[in-house]
Amino acid sequence: MNTALSWIKAYVPELDCTAQEYTDAMTLTGTKVEGFEKLDADLDKIVVGQIESIEKHPDADKLIICQVNIGDTTTQIVTGASNVSVGDKVPVVLDGGRVAGGHDGSKTPGGIKIKKGKLRGIESNGMMCSIEELGSSREFYPLAPEEGIYILPKDAVVGSDAIELLGFRDVVFEYEITSNRVDCYSIVGIAREAAATFGKEFVPPVVKETGNDEDVNNYVKVTVEAKDLCPRYTARMVKNIKIAPSPEWMQNRLRASGIRPINNLVDITNYVMEEYGQPMHAYDMDTIEGNEIIVRRAKDGEEFETLDGQVRKLDSSILMICDANKPVGIAGIMGGENSKITDDVKTVLFEAACFDGTNIRLSSKKLGLRTDASGKFEKGLDPNNAIEAINRACQLIEELGAGEVVGGVVDVYPEVREEVRVKFEPERINKLLGTDIDEETMINYFKKIDLGYDEKTREVIAPTFRQDLHCMADIAEEVARFYGYDKIPMTLPQGESTEGKLSFKMRVEAVARDIAEFSGFSQAMTYSFESPKVFDKLLIPQDSDLRKVITISNPLGEDFSIMRTSLLNGMLSSLSTNYNRRNKNVRLYELGNSYIPYELPLDRLPDERMQFTLGMYGEGDFFTMKGVVEEFFEKVGLKEKITCDPNAGKTFLHPGRQANIVYDNKVVGFLGEVHPYVLDNYSIGERAYIAVIDIPSIVELASFDRKFKGIAKYPAVSRDISMLVPKDMLVGTIEEAIEKRGGNILESYKLFDIYEGAQIKDGFKSVAYSVTFRAKDRTLEDKDINEVMEKILKELASLGIELRK
Amino acid sequence: MKEKLQKIREEAIRQMQEATTLDKLNDIRVAYLGKKGELTSVLKGMKDVPAEERPMVGQFVNEARTAIEEKLDEIKKDMEKKALDLRLKSETIDVTLPAKKSNLGHRHPNTIALEEVERIFVGMGYEVVEGPEVEYDYYNFEALNIPANHPAKDEQDTFYINDKIVLRTQTSSVQVHEMEKGKLPIRMLAPGRVFRADEVDATHSPSFHQIEGLVIDKNITFADLKGTLEVFAQELFGKETKVKFRPHHFPFTEPSAEMDVTCFKCGGKGCRMCKGSGWIEILGCGMVHPRVLEMRGIDTNEYQGFAFGVGLERIALLKYEIDDMRLMYENDERFLKQF
Repeated sequence: MNTALSWIKAYVPELDCTAQEYTDAMTLTGTKVEGFEKLDADLDKIVVGQIESIEKHPDADKLIICQVNIGDTTTQIVTGASNVSVGDKVPVVLDGGRVAGGHDGSKTPGGIKIKKGKLRGIESNGMMCSIEELGSSREFYPLAPEEGIYILPKDAVVGSDAIELLGFRDVVFEYEITSNRVDCYSIVGIAREAAATFGKEFVPPVVKETGNDEDVNNYVKVTVEAKDLCPRYTARMVKNIKIAPSPEWMQNRLRASGIRPINNLVDITNYVMEEYGQPMHAYDMDTIEGNEIIVRRAKDGEEFETLDGQVRKLDSSILMICDANKPVGIAGIMGGENSKITDDVKTVLFEAACFDGTNIRLSSKKLGLRTDASGKFEKGLDPNNAIEAINRACQLIEELGAGEVVGGVVDVYPEVREEVRVKFEPERINKLLGTDIDEETMINYFKKIDLGYDEKTREVIAPTFRQDLHCMADIAEEVARFYGYDKIPMTLPQGESTEGKLSFKMRVEAVARDIAEFSGFSQAMTYSFESPKVFDKLLIPQDSDLRKVITISNPLGEDFSIMRTSLLNGMLSSLSTNYNRRNKNVRLYELGNSYIPYELPLDRLPDERMQFTLGMYGEGDFFTMKGVVEEFFEKVGLKEKITCDPNAGKTFLHPGRQANIVYDNKVVGFLGEVHPYVLDNYSIGERAYIAVIDIPSIVELASFDRKFKGIAKYPAVSRDISMLVPKDMLVGTIEEAIEKRGGNILESYKLFDIYEGAQIKDGFKSVAYSVTFRAKDRTLEDKDINEVMEKILKELASLGIELRK
Repeated sequence: MKEKLQKIREEAIRQMQEATTLDKLNDIRVAYLGKKGELTSVLKGMKDVPAEERPMVGQFVNEARTAIEEKLDEIKKDMEKKALDLRLKSETIDVTLPAKKSNLGHRHPNTIALEEVERIFVGMGYEVVEGPEVEYDYYNFEALNIPANHPAKDEQDTFYINDKIVLRTQTSSVQVHEMEKGKLPIRMLAPGRVFRADEVDATHSPSFHQIEGLVIDKNITFADLKGTLEVFAQELFGKETKVKFRPHHFPFTEPSAEMDVTCFKCGGKGCRMCKGSGWIEILGCGMVHPRVLEMRGIDTNEYQGFAFGVGLERIALLKYEIDDMRLMYENDERFLKQF
């Protein structure tokens, strides 16, 4: 919403402040000013000049020499423009003055300084200006020539300030109006707030009675069939229309609001729309058949040509304005080609109605047609405003001499919208705000913004234009706004103390972050939605559960259309981005949710499972990744060791280099080297490794309880075991055997050699472990160790392992 | 005899002073003090000394021995020190050579900012909780006083799964879950991912993060809201930060406000970051709308509360001067490593 300060001042005559003061004060009372533009910021020393004579430039075909009367004197100006004639009044920037930009419409910050000089040897003491040089455009000055000097009205006073004459001594404010303040989408609404903010008198336009002694009800009948979508429909008629340009003051105000002036009739409807926030429509009465207006829903599949020449497909949710035989407009959105105003119009039917906001919004979306009018209607307008607006329009018709207003109003308004009354509870208001404002002060605030107060019932009366006031809290906000949000004290909540804490899951996540980062992995974040194509990219089998996905019904595009069931694609895509930007040795991790539906289509909320996902390429291998995973499990306090089961069955991983991470017979994650095909699909040119840990599973197992076990007092004894192991046997099997038979004196074991090759017999590998024993309460003797070693060796032998002596 | 001893002593000391190595020094020690050394042989010749002179000669010998030993020790220490000095000198390193780092990973700027915010509010007694990202329409809208026909519910803003399940558009939905637990008072902080149907560009992302705060108790006031958020702003952006509250509108709070903070780059003088205004918009907040409380069965005569919502990316982008939101989701290590 853009408005000129001059228009606001028209209704708050005493308003006297700088643009910055206005911005700050209005923003603090809730009418947020986003910014402002001083129209004359880059204009200086521009006066009305009158061309007294024109002669050709002796040395340049395209230049002319003008003698221009600038009031107290006549000055010589050379120009290349061809549209000026003797007697024309033109804007003249004098020596040392400034214009806003070039004649091509380009703007120069700070403006362009104009100095006198010589053009092809002839002295020129200034410049005559085009509309572009004045900082505007032909869009808003349709009568300005395409390339040439802007010609001022004949009644302009020679020598006077042209900037003032053109209405550029003004500031245009841009507002951000919140959706609850429908009334502030209008000049009158903003002016009311401005008056209250600055403590000045609010003088709204006075709407006079208009019209001849005829009655419009004798000319036209209105029937509202779709009462639910049209709470009020008012209509008035104007005869003997005289189309002409509207006066400059009206055009200037419209331009400041970003509206192009067209002619008096169109301008009046736009003017009233801005002023009252009530969109209006004008129909050529001679096109209305049967002297009848019917407001009804469209028929499904019906087609209609709007006045922009487009044919629109309708359905029965869309509200239409019709005559006895045909639709003439889409209600609240756009009129029809068949009833639009032309320059030959004789009689006009004005419509100011109130339509259901939601319906207009949905229809506008359905049709892909958003207009100034629909933008206003969709906010839900006050039906009581419609009659004011239509009468105001008729008043302007009379004032501008644009036609003869027919007396009376057609008004279909079956259910009158009443004011809302809210109990006035000053103590509760103070209790909510934490203030100590007295009653009288509060009541004064209400008066400033036209809220009523009923002393007998102690009720605040909200007029219908304030649709946002319903309860004590709403009234409290009105009090707070005018008391000043800045004056409300700053305190800290008192009362019962509460325990500040993170959830247990968040503590587990924090450990994951620490371990990952300590191991060189940086934290990534990727989107929760992705393309359904990722499953093929990851070689996920057709029948995999991972493909059972939640689909977004209105995604931004196919690439963002399903909720991820794993973070693999995000991780591999991120690794790929890094690889293709030639980043070396990249390690990333992400802690994010996967979304696993309990059923499809979705009926309950899905299982959101946080997946700790790590990915890397460059330095390191499978066992680097395994190390990170094990560190994590140790740090979250898992009591037992995890094991790696090579039968993970992940199609996206290297078949010989993958493992499920198993804890207490439960799979809690997996890791492995990415399958070469998948690497190819993600354009990653070297080996990459992935690990995924299911955080909910870990949360169940984790514990941050620690107990000190004492530091060993007695010496440890180590024994080496050297063995020949069947090639396919996992060292994990050997370790299980050692643990199983090691008894309570087994302290640790360490693999120190593994070898396959020439000296080793076929089908076997050489494996060597160093096993360490220690007792808590004594120095171990050979006898103790031999006993246990024998058990271990026996167990190993039973697995088909040959011991090397 | 005395002269002889004196001579031996002088000769020994002279030789020691001329010695250049520890080995040489040792040879000298053996030559004089060893079993077959000169002093020892003097002692061995004691039997030839008259008995009355023996104590005196013994004393001379011992004196000579002590003197030689002391000198020996002194020269030895001196030599060792010289040797050590030489070694240390030879071991001098160029301390400006590159360090051996352990290549730590880096936390995402979002997380760094979130942890700061969490630290502040946990210290004030807030419990950090989470809510579902795929959410019932009811929790995201209706329970927050956003009626069925509200423009915010339009498809252009909200991702729908079906007519009753959406991707939450705001962490405010967690307020409702927290109130449903039925435990009062509430001091809650709920960070999390939210979704809006915005195309990706430098300032928009269809997926971003918010942090929701909610306090419900007896006697909670708008003044408490202001005071709490001032503490928050000063902890996060520095003690000298000032805050400004402007009226605003949110369906689930009344009165509502937006909070600006003095620009932390220019301190309020006006710069490119704050577009010359000296202020930066940081968050939306307000007193919990009575209808939101009533819907959860909370007695509004007894309890009132405040709520606020902060855009996490907004904080991170501003605080770390990141100029393009897309960087936050690309995961380029060259970006991440700067945090």
